[in-house]
Amino acid sequence: MLKMLSYPFMVNALIVGLLIAICCALLGVVLVLKRYSMIGDGLSHVGFGALSVAAVLNIGAPIWFALPVVMIAAFFLLRLTENSKINADAAIAVISSSALAIGVFVTSMNGTNINLQQYMFGSILSVGQSDIIVSIVLTALVIGMYVLFFNKIFAITFDETFSEATGIRTDIYNIAISLLTAVTIVVGMRMLGTLLISAMIIFPALTSMRVCKRFLTVIITSVVISVICVFSGLYTSFTFKDVPVGATIVIFNLGFFLVFLMISLVKRLLCSKRKAKSEY
Amino acid sequence: MELLKAENLRYGYDGKTILKDVSFSVNEGDFICIVGENGSGKTTLVKGILGILQSYEGKIQYSKELTKSHIGYLSQQALHRKDFPASVSEVVLSGTLGHSFFGFGYSKAQRNIADKVMEKVGITHLRKKNFSELSGGQQQRVLLARALCATKKLVLLDEPTSALDPLITAEFYTLLKKLNKEGVAVLMVSHDVSAAVKIASHIIHLDSDSVFFGTTHEYIHSDKGRKLLVSGCPCDACSHNPQREVRENA
Repeated sequence: MLKMLSYPFMVNALIVGLLIAICCALLGVVLVLKRYSMIGDGLSHVGFGALSVAAVLNIGAPIWFALPVVMIAAFFLLRLTENSKINADAAIAVISSSALAIGVFVTSMNGTNINLQQYMFGSILSVGQSDIIVSIVLTALVIGMYVLFFNKIFAITFDETFSEATGIRTDIYNIAISLLTAVTIVVGMRMLGTLLISAMIIFPALTSMRVCKRFLTVIITSVVISVICVFSGLYTSFTFKDVPVGATIVIFNLGFFLVFLMISLVKRLLCSKRKAKSEY
Repeated sequence: MELLKAENLRYGYDGKTILKDVSFSVNEGDFICIVGENGSGKTTLVKGILGILQSYEGKIQYSKELTKSHIGYLSQQALHRKDFPASVSEVVLSGTLGHSFFGFGYSKAQRNIADKVMEKVGITHLRKKNFSELSGGQQQRVLLARALCATKKLVLLDEPTSALDPLITAEFYTLLKKLNKEGVAVLMVSHDVSAAVKIASHIIHLDSDSVFFGTTHEYIHSDKGRKLLVSGCPCDACSHNPQREVRENA
């Protein structure tokens, strides 16, 4: 344990990983409940394309190129989802694969595919100073927003039309949430990988919703699960040298999900048994 | 006292007019039903009253006691999904949000409003239950409670009973009528014209060519009303009460 903390790159990874875990869990609950899970997935692919282009253009810190690109994409994906005339899930799928294709094409043109492997599945070594700064600011913003506007976030997630009717500016909250998601994904995907970051957003919310039945408890449980998964994932991948960190974290998430699913099934079984007994 | 007054409203989407020449007013104690065929613009009008949709022409004047955000709104039930994690009290309390800027918890005043409303609607015993596990009728009561948290004057309901069975629908109407007697004006979109004329004091009938607004009595006697209603006017004084005609003929 202490040995893990004696490596500076591990400390960096731990800081960024845990902060991103908190952001993913908080934003994930809202995204999953609003049926926006696909936006997260789409954004991670756009992020991959942007990072690849940045690498080819030889931009010093690719994160500063990827951030604005993904934020713009987030804005448009949200518009797409809100506009019921366009088939949103198909459009997101098309954008995802296009961004992925551009990324792969550009990196191969450059003659090397080391970056490709790194971006697809993530690497702890890619965490740098700028990631730490961005993730600290991001986490402060996300936590601040959830603490200050918790009730309104609940109201908008539960019923957007009603909230709009009572005078809440739902459009501002939606944009804020999708922009914060964009930043979370760009920072997180370098460590966890393009293909795996969306699991970090979706899994904790889905897992806690198996058992918790109130909005507040779902959010708290998701954060706890997410933090435990990232910590155990990092520790495991440090102990077994060749294990990629992103995959390990997702596997821990899957484990949690299965356990919570079992708990909810057992609970339901007990409930129906008790009901049957009381009916006699 | 007049709560809101709409004059010559015209609404539409993407430049195409859906609804035109809509004029009506809502007074304290009114129970107004909005009826019309599918696609006649009932929900469009609701969105207009709520201020979500801007009108092409005309405007709605709200009285001083009733700003736009003081209208309690209850939507069609189908919008709510099965697995949303929310307790009944969380849902009801969210109706009190219109006027607070931020906050993690709710103030004592907000909790008091919610408690009172839950008692009025008869759902106090459900407060800790999970919203998505309630029956359809109970869910509509909870959402009505939320709407009442947002308002003291006017609730706006968009086909609140479309997913309920007849017995629960009747119960729900009784509850609405009780609230209406206690001083809440009701504006309700309804599919069911024959139920609407039984319960409402005024009717707005939307149609592509013309719009009717008047008391229920006037509506039953209008061409539009006669076309849709099988039974005639129930009031004894009317000459076209078929029952009276039968009696006289006998």
